[in-house]
Amino acid sequence: MAKREVKMTIASDYSEARKAHREIMGAVDASGFNESSTFAIKLALEEVLMNAIKHGNQCDPAKNVRIEAVISPRQFELTVEDEGRGFDPAEVPDPRTEENLEKIHGRGLLLMRSYMDEVEYTRGGRRVRMVKKNREEAPHPPPC
Amino acid sequence: MAEQLPTVALSQQKDVRIVEFTNSKIIDELNIAEIGQALTAIIDQSPNPKLLLDFGQVEHLSSAALGMLINANGRIKSKNGQLRLCNIKPQIYEVFLITKLNKLFYIHPTRQEALASFT
Repeated sequence: MAKREVKMTIASDYSEARKAHREIMGAVDASGFNESSTFAIKLALEEVLMNAIKHGNQCDPAKNVRIEAVISPRQFELTVEDEGRGFDPAEVPDPRTEENLEKIHGRGLLLMRSYMDEVEYTRGGRRVRMVKKNREEAPHPPPC
Repeated sequence: MAEQLPTVALSQQKDVRIVEFTNSKIIDELNIAEIGQALTAIIDQSPNPKLLLDFGQVEHLSSAALGMLINANGRIKSKNGQLRLCNIKPQIYEVFLITKLNKLFYIHPTRQEALASFT
């Protein structure tokens, strides 16, 4: 089965993110991913798009988010890049600690790392590449 | 414009308000904000609110939805109320486990068990 590619640049707008999410998940659904992998991709995709818009671009309508997904029956690969100031993923506090457990924000990165097989940040945190292999696998919490 | 369906279905069992999420996905920011407002209104109606959230229809949620639930939990705690969650599908429960929010919320497999746990 052929690879499917979805490439787009969207404004920092939630309705644009919705459309991107739908298009990418359409390609995932057409590629025969199993239920567990589909759930994982859906969740991580939501988190990465929201992070790019909300935290990366600070919801600035003048800033864009570049999205590139390459989907084959064996693997989902996604690259998302925002135009924000960047950040250091290593400095994001662990939301599972007692002091952070009741905080409203801060779980997106944990969920992305738990559900994707690979998560790699480059360009000062403005760009993230994620990979999910299409196989049955329970999510693994990242090492503490 | 298409008619907007309500995001929650409300019912009551004795002094417990039951909120059932009617959308299968609690991921949209607007949707989450709407649900959050609905929960706040319910919590504010009672001096000691007892609230049960039924996730039977929910197949996807985001970290923003978790934040909304934590906010509701905080409001209820500040009023010495009680919050329970029930009917969470395994994949969604996994999200609570990964984030360790299973330690923050009282989660029950069924509505019946959740209702029985209120004091």
